[in-house]
Amino acid sequence: MTNETLPSPQAAVPEPTVSLQRRLGQIAAWAILFALLVMIAVQLYRRTLGQVSSGSAPGFTLTTFDGQEISLESLRGQVVVVNFWASWCKPCEKEAPELEAFYRAYKDRGVVVLGVDYVDTETEARAYLKKFGITYPNGPDLGTRISQSFRIKGVPETFVIDRNGQLVKTIIGETTQDKLAVIVEPLLK
Amino acid sequence: MTEKQLSADRETLFAPQLNCGAAGGSCTAARTFVIATTNYNLDLLRLAVAFLLLTVYCLLVTIPALAQDDGPTDDEVNAVAKQLYCPVCENTPLDVCPTQACAQWRATIREKLEAGWTEQQIKDYFVEQYGERVLAQPSTRGLNILVWILPPLVFLVGALFLARYLRAVSARRPAPAKAATSEPAEDDLAAQLEKELAKRR
Repeated sequence: MTNETLPSPQAAVPEPTVSLQRRLGQIAAWAILFALLVMIAVQLYRRTLGQVSSGSAPGFTLTTFDGQEISLESLRGQVVVVNFWASWCKPCEKEAPELEAFYRAYKDRGVVVLGVDYVDTETEARAYLKKFGITYPNGPDLGTRISQSFRIKGVPETFVIDRNGQLVKTIIGETTQDKLAVIVEPLLK
Repeated sequence: MTEKQLSADRETLFAPQLNCGAAGGSCTAARTFVIATTNYNLDLLRLAVAFLLLTVYCLLVTIPALAQDDGPTDDEVNAVAKQLYCPVCENTPLDVCPTQACAQWRATIREKLEAGWTEQQIKDYFVEQYGERVLAQPSTRGLNILVWILPPLVFLVGALFLARYLRAVSARRPAPAKAATSEPAEDDLAAQLEKELAKRR
């Protein structure tokens, strides 16, 4: 009988397996903890970020109150003005006629205005559109997905997107026809 | 005007039509008949007016009650509303939120309840419209499951660690050592006391 066939005293005790299990458990616990901390950090970081103000505009599809589907991608080649509003928002009421006037002045010059109704009820939203005679496409922000992708902080907020889908200007608060004209004119040349 | 005057007036009014002068005695009977008939008509009129007033009163009392029975009560609306949070007013449940946006949401809840929607259907509608963040209690779908699992899990793991730590501490502590050290100390003290007493004797 050789030494190889004899069981060594250490081999009888399954210590390495136990310590390996323990080690794996510890690694898993630390990994879970780390993942949680990363998730919390990402959320906190996102909260500190302001509205999107440069680069490619976040893509979205708006289903209007009339049931028409308009994707931002399909409007490539045109200047797009995305306005977030709500029927309960008083500053929105002030800018509504201005936006409508701007739309009427520029709609034949390759400018599209899209109204995104933020956290609103359809009845009041429709009444609001009727009250201000809004004719440009408007639709609800279903699931607040569009407003989240633009990281808006409130309403009204307006985003101007150039013909290549790049964000040119972020307007926080109410805007006017003149302000928008100043921003849009250079984009049409 | 008294009842007597009224009767006299009626008599005067109907007398020419009855030809009382020619008829003599029959005129008195006719008069009596006219008075009785008009009195009876007056009673009927009174009764009709009283009935009409009673009907109006009953309608006034019951219509608001009926209207309340038809629509959902504020409590029913708030029972759904308190399970929702408006994203505009963070950390304020919908049932107590004073903003116009929240008032509109509550009106929508009322509309849906009137239309016969269930509580769950209304909540699903709000989630579809405004996202999952409107729910006071997060759903158990996707990453939201962590909200439900993690707190009890962390508590359990913490309790496990604490139990293991306490067991380890109690295992490390030499229990009888305290008794062994305290006895000699007492003996020393007694011996010193004896010594001092012997000195003073």
